[in-house]
Amino acid sequence: MEYVNIIFQEVYKILFLLVPVLVSVAMIVWLDRRVWAFVQKRQGPNVVGPFGLLQSLADALKYIFKEIIIPASSNKIIFILAPIITMTLALIAWAVIPFSENQVLANINVGILYIFAVSSLGVYGIIMGGWASNSKYPFLGSIRSAAQMVSYEVSIGIIIINVLLCVGSLNLNDIVIAQNDIWFVIPLFPMFVIFFISALAETNRPPFDLPEAEAELVAGYQTEYSGMMYAMFWLGEYANILLMCALGSILFLGGWLSPIDIYPFNLIPGAIWLIFKILFLFFLFALVKAIVPRYRYDQLMRLGWKIFLPLSLIYVVLTASYLFYFNLLPTI
Amino acid sequence: MIAHSIFFYFFSIVAIISAIMVTASKNTVHSVFFLILDFISISCLFIMIGAEFLGMIMLIVYVGAVAVLFLFVVMMLNVAQQKNQWFSSMSSSSHIPVGVIISAIIFFELIIVIGGWKYKPDLVESIDTSVNNGLSNTHSLGQVLYTDYIHIFQISGMILLIAMIGAIVLTYRQREGVKKQSYLKQISRERSEGVEVLEVQSNKGVKIDD
Repeated sequence: MEYVNIIFQEVYKILFLLVPVLVSVAMIVWLDRRVWAFVQKRQGPNVVGPFGLLQSLADALKYIFKEIIIPASSNKIIFILAPIITMTLALIAWAVIPFSENQVLANINVGILYIFAVSSLGVYGIIMGGWASNSKYPFLGSIRSAAQMVSYEVSIGIIIINVLLCVGSLNLNDIVIAQNDIWFVIPLFPMFVIFFISALAETNRPPFDLPEAEAELVAGYQTEYSGMMYAMFWLGEYANILLMCALGSILFLGGWLSPIDIYPFNLIPGAIWLIFKILFLFFLFALVKAIVPRYRYDQLMRLGWKIFLPLSLIYVVLTASYLFYFNLLPTI
Repeated sequence: MIAHSIFFYFFSIVAIISAIMVTASKNTVHSVFFLILDFISISCLFIMIGAEFLGMIMLIVYVGAVAVLFLFVVMMLNVAQQKNQWFSSMSSSSHIPVGVIISAIIFFELIIVIGGWKYKPDLVESIDTSVNNGLSNTHSLGQVLYTDYIHIFQISGMILLIAMIGAIVLTYRQREGVKKQSYLKQISRERSEGVEVLEVQSNKGVKIDD
């Protein structure tokens, strides 16, 4: 009976986290399309509901009622598993995101490593989908994304090391608290820029959306998917984007801390601040999608390996030397 | 404790079954997927015994990078053709006795190792490095690695670096006649050298020389 109670409590907490995440994923898709449209002097989705807010709901309904087509020559088990894995991995990473000092589902010691591990597993959904479709374009898309995501994970990992040098802990709450005096975006600004660009590549966002480049590969790894399975890929992708925005705001923008620690601002709960920061980063993501043209594949690889990797390594050396010289290294 | 042991048996059974399936499944891509499942369940076991740092590193390094490269290579191979050659033609069955001998040797080695394995009765007390229970797993691992074993740690890093450079040197070959794109040239191109405005007279056209 005791176990049942514990399980119910946990399920309640998990639902309290997951339902807002899923709803905000739907809203963020609408925001993305609106920002994209406004940059191009269009209106965007503005018909369904006030300001078109219910557009994503309408889209979801359409996906649910469409038929799921499984190609005859595909590898059926892996074909069905791929979108499920993408969406599951995109959602389980939210377990460790702290919304305030106590509002965190699992406050584990190695939170940042957990997020890094889960986001590096995300490539499997894409590879499996592309391979199991047994078709040329999805396969090309999945091969591209495998190389792309592995390359950009390297630079993200080294950027995270930069932040960890200043914090001295792998716990996400400790990382936020360490930014009480100054947000890491100020001393580590070059790393913030590189993190942002690498996050674009890691989530297959334009200008690095080569795995699904519609001009070359139809829709890349999603070509053979339809109905709800396509929608799950889509949800997983946007949940991943939100996660990367959350990670960026925790690592560099002070997470749930308020920008100024004076009277009216520190009354606002931390979750609101975190949501504002995530929205700000997502707004930048949407702007980049509208403004920048798609990279060529060799340019993408060159940027990752020859520019970002050396730059972030040099910055690790600089940060470590600075901290060591001025005796600022965090003590345990 | 019941929940703990349930999870332990669940992860170990998944690990063993998927390890068997790695060798048993005929499709190479499937066996790589089983290998990934094996890695994941082993890292779950690591996390269960409290070694959360090792578990996460296992996930990041093996599942996130190494297995992706395995999958990359295996998917590029023409698996169907290779399978036919391997299993159906009788002439290539000469690999079976060699495989049996090697696996028998490994099996006996394992038996010797496990048979001679003894835990020190006072293992925790007899360790040279002091165990500080107030520190987290990651902190104490870092303290041991970067103080007591710093030389071994650095040497293993050098060995890995040499292996990496060696692999690049061995496989790198300069090919002739490959066109390379120079970014500097592409960006610094001016309109004057790319575009030429001509007066075209009717019925005569323009001669274009490449």
